[in-house]
Amino acid sequence: MEIASTPQQALPDTFPKYLLHHARVRPTRPALREKDLGIWQTLSWHDVEQEVRALALGLQSLGLGRGDRLAIIGDNRPRLYMSMLAAQCLGAIPVPLYQDAIASEMAFVLADAGAKIAVVEDQEQVDKLLEVEAQCPQLENIVYDDARGLRHYLNDKLHDIAEVLGSGRVLNDSKPQLFTELVAQSQAADMAIMLYTSGTTGTPKGVVHTHGSMVTTARNAAELEGLTEHEEVLAYLPMAWVGDNLFSYAQSLVTGFCVACPESSDTVMTDLREIGPTYYFAPPRVFENLLTQIMIRMEDASPIKHRLFHYFMEHARRVGTDILEGRPVGFWDRVGYRLGEALIYGPVKNVLGFSRLKLAYTAGEAIGPELFDFFRAIGINIKQLYGQTEAYVMVCVQANDKVRPDTVGVPAPGVEVKISDSGEVLFRGPGTFHSYWKREDATADTRTADGWVHTGDAGYFDDDGQLKIIDRAKDVGRLSDGSLFVPKLLENKLKFFQHIKEVVAFGDGRDFATAFINIDLSAVGSWAEKRGMAYTGYTDLAAQAPVYALLRECIEKMNRSLANDPRLAGSQIKRFLVLHKELDADDGELTRTRKVKRKFIAERYSSLINALYDGSHESAIDVEVKFEDGRSGRICATLSIMDAATFPGSAPLQNPSNKNLTDAREAA
Amino acid sequence: MNPQHKTGDVILAAENISLSFGGVKALTDISLDVREHELLSIIGPNGAGKSSMLNVINGVYHPQQGQVTWRGKPRGAIHPHEAARMGIARTFQNIALFKGMSVLDNIMTGRNLKMHANFLQQALWWGRAQREEMAQREKVEQIIDFLEIQAIRKTPVGRLPYGLQKRVELARAIAAEPTLLLLDEPMAGMNVEEKQDMCRFILDINDAFGTTIVLIEHDMGVVMDISDRVIVLDYGKKIGDGTPHDVRNNPDVIAAYLGTRH
Repeated sequence: MEIASTPQQALPDTFPKYLLHHARVRPTRPALREKDLGIWQTLSWHDVEQEVRALALGLQSLGLGRGDRLAIIGDNRPRLYMSMLAAQCLGAIPVPLYQDAIASEMAFVLADAGAKIAVVEDQEQVDKLLEVEAQCPQLENIVYDDARGLRHYLNDKLHDIAEVLGSGRVLNDSKPQLFTELVAQSQAADMAIMLYTSGTTGTPKGVVHTHGSMVTTARNAAELEGLTEHEEVLAYLPMAWVGDNLFSYAQSLVTGFCVACPESSDTVMTDLREIGPTYYFAPPRVFENLLTQIMIRMEDASPIKHRLFHYFMEHARRVGTDILEGRPVGFWDRVGYRLGEALIYGPVKNVLGFSRLKLAYTAGEAIGPELFDFFRAIGINIKQLYGQTEAYVMVCVQANDKVRPDTVGVPAPGVEVKISDSGEVLFRGPGTFHSYWKREDATADTRTADGWVHTGDAGYFDDDGQLKIIDRAKDVGRLSDGSLFVPKLLENKLKFFQHIKEVVAFGDGRDFATAFINIDLSAVGSWAEKRGMAYTGYTDLAAQAPVYALLRECIEKMNRSLANDPRLAGSQIKRFLVLHKELDADDGELTRTRKVKRKFIAERYSSLINALYDGSHESAIDVEVKFEDGRSGRICATLSIMDAATFPGSAPLQNPSNKNLTDAREAA
Repeated sequence: MNPQHKTGDVILAAENISLSFGGVKALTDISLDVREHELLSIIGPNGAGKSSMLNVINGVYHPQQGQVTWRGKPRGAIHPHEAARMGIARTFQNIALFKGMSVLDNIMTGRNLKMHANFLQQALWWGRAQREEMAQREKVEQIIDFLEIQAIRKTPVGRLPYGLQKRVELARAIAAEPTLLLLDEPMAGMNVEEKQDMCRFILDINDAFGTTIVLIEHDMGVVMDISDRVIVLDYGKKIGDGTPHDVRNNPDVIAAYLGTRH
């Protein structure tokens, strides 16, 4: 692929070279932060270079060499990020794994990748690896960062990271040039990372990227948004996820900005407030949680605060977005907004840790218009992007002044996007993946000979040139009367209600649409508390009649809005039930990135789906669940099924106004 | 479970302890010893005298008969704060924390014995008081890290769920860096996951600091899993003392728990 060459020819082309570059150009600037014993500790680029040097040489002494794979498992810890860099310095390929995956899932990835060494966070991960030791014969060594609880483990494979760092330092003292020589060998075309796809379909595949594709993509995106070495980000999303790799690793290395690691996964909110990032990525559900929390707390606030909040939020909704996007706004409206900033928006942003935020991205799922408007109205520049592991995230991104909740923006710099005849989105660009690990067949299926990559998503460009994504192409279906059925669209519309956490819609080939619902325990819980309803837990609350009535209201509201859209009026939800348990990745119902696995759920709960369509009013279910510790048990319950009112459509059902939408189905 | 390092000398010995309240005999002629570094569980049906035994050990109750020996020296009737100074810390069956204070401040109170600045210095936060508090705070942060309660550091204890309050109480107890830690039903009212966490913390404390632990617990699974030794009380009498395996097969114990066939 030809990419316009940048004027600064001297810029490094691999991450190891970037490390040396920063250690030379900005040795004292902060590179990584971590909270230790309640106090933020900072590593400068010089410190990071020293540490990575020792780590790389130490790992080399353990037998890691060019082309070998290094598994990395744990929460976002500086040492784990540095291990990633150390592996790349050796020409090895780091393979980050989802840290909350159960042992058997890890065994698959470790064996598939053929990882030789694993660097893990703590005892929890060590235990998981030792459990599946036999299934991963290639795994020769396990290095752990936190020695707690591991003192009595007598396994030759286990090494404290301090020991590895120590042997690396010794090697560095005897051969001071070795590290620089290793770094000099790294090349743009080298494989730099392997990220396993979450696998909504089939077994996970390792997506391999080269230094070249990652560096170029990260640099393009940073230039597009004007990111500098002065940014601060909080790395809190799973390291195995491509977004974290781009935002907390690659972009930090190409611009030299500082990455902070949360103290623990429970303290992210506090850490966010203390760090005050300037640049932030979160999936829509995180923004949703933030908004829900604000709203719940405002409900409990004193009447004065409550009224002030609603008055100024109303004002912000009216003029906030215009001010943010630099459109003309009347003088008094500006004065009002300033006052609101001082009294409401400023404090709200401060509580969220967004006071210094210049740019926030969201992606992965559709985001509710209300949610989007809320954050933009109080002056947070939140934008959507559309990405894939295969593209190293960046396919489309919204421009600052053209941000809308229902699109994902225009193609990112250097990326071409087209819609196939069947309505599927295809892209090609500098960030295109190298290959699927050991899966030439799958690589060839996904990427055409001339470089176009199939995304599997159905979408179209709107009049504005912005891409709209409808659903996974294979999920778009039809009801038995021929009208369009787009499950994701229904699910998203419902998920925008604060009481609903997760939805799975059914209807392909059926007479009407139905849905499984997961309530949002905190939102419905506080709703129930206000009404004095007693409940013991999720299962109990979900089964209560008032909750069902509440959800029916939500569904009917949605049905009414669907009725106005001739294409979708047919897919109003007629019957629904509330699941007795939350959908869980441990049970295989969600992917590790929390997307519903539609097919799996349909099989697992087939009796419930039958009950939704056979007119019965309740159905018994008995399923096996896995607990966090890997044991399993059974939950059984009798679920009631409720009907919701549907509304007559405003136009004939089968008059699709958009060709692409109907075509989307054929892509399946 | 591992270790060979374990169990040193007897650090606390109770000989022929009898305790009664009016006509109620809480403990009758009980002798037991606690060895350094061990994890000893006391089990028994309700009202068997388990909590009374702990109360005798840390000086809340004074037995009418019998003698407690601490590190080889006979101990007279002492007060709980004297026991604390000897290195005996405890948690309670019903949580006893300062509800309005933050988690951090509650744990800081556990460091009380380690602070020596006078009232005036502390009031002005000056000189020695300032230096001490900074050093103590570091210790407390290590404990917070150890028990994984960073997220609630600044939260008032009263707002925390029960399981976490129990953990804070444990934190305060180990903040005193005790030689002997008495835990009175640390897992009562917890779900399986919380119990597992608590077990891990108890084992880790025992392992990392070498703290001797005496534990009262009803969950037999937990007791048999984590204890080095188990003592069984019934109606104020000791009916069993040995490894979990021995105790499980002891006919008296089985009778006390399951009833005997006559």
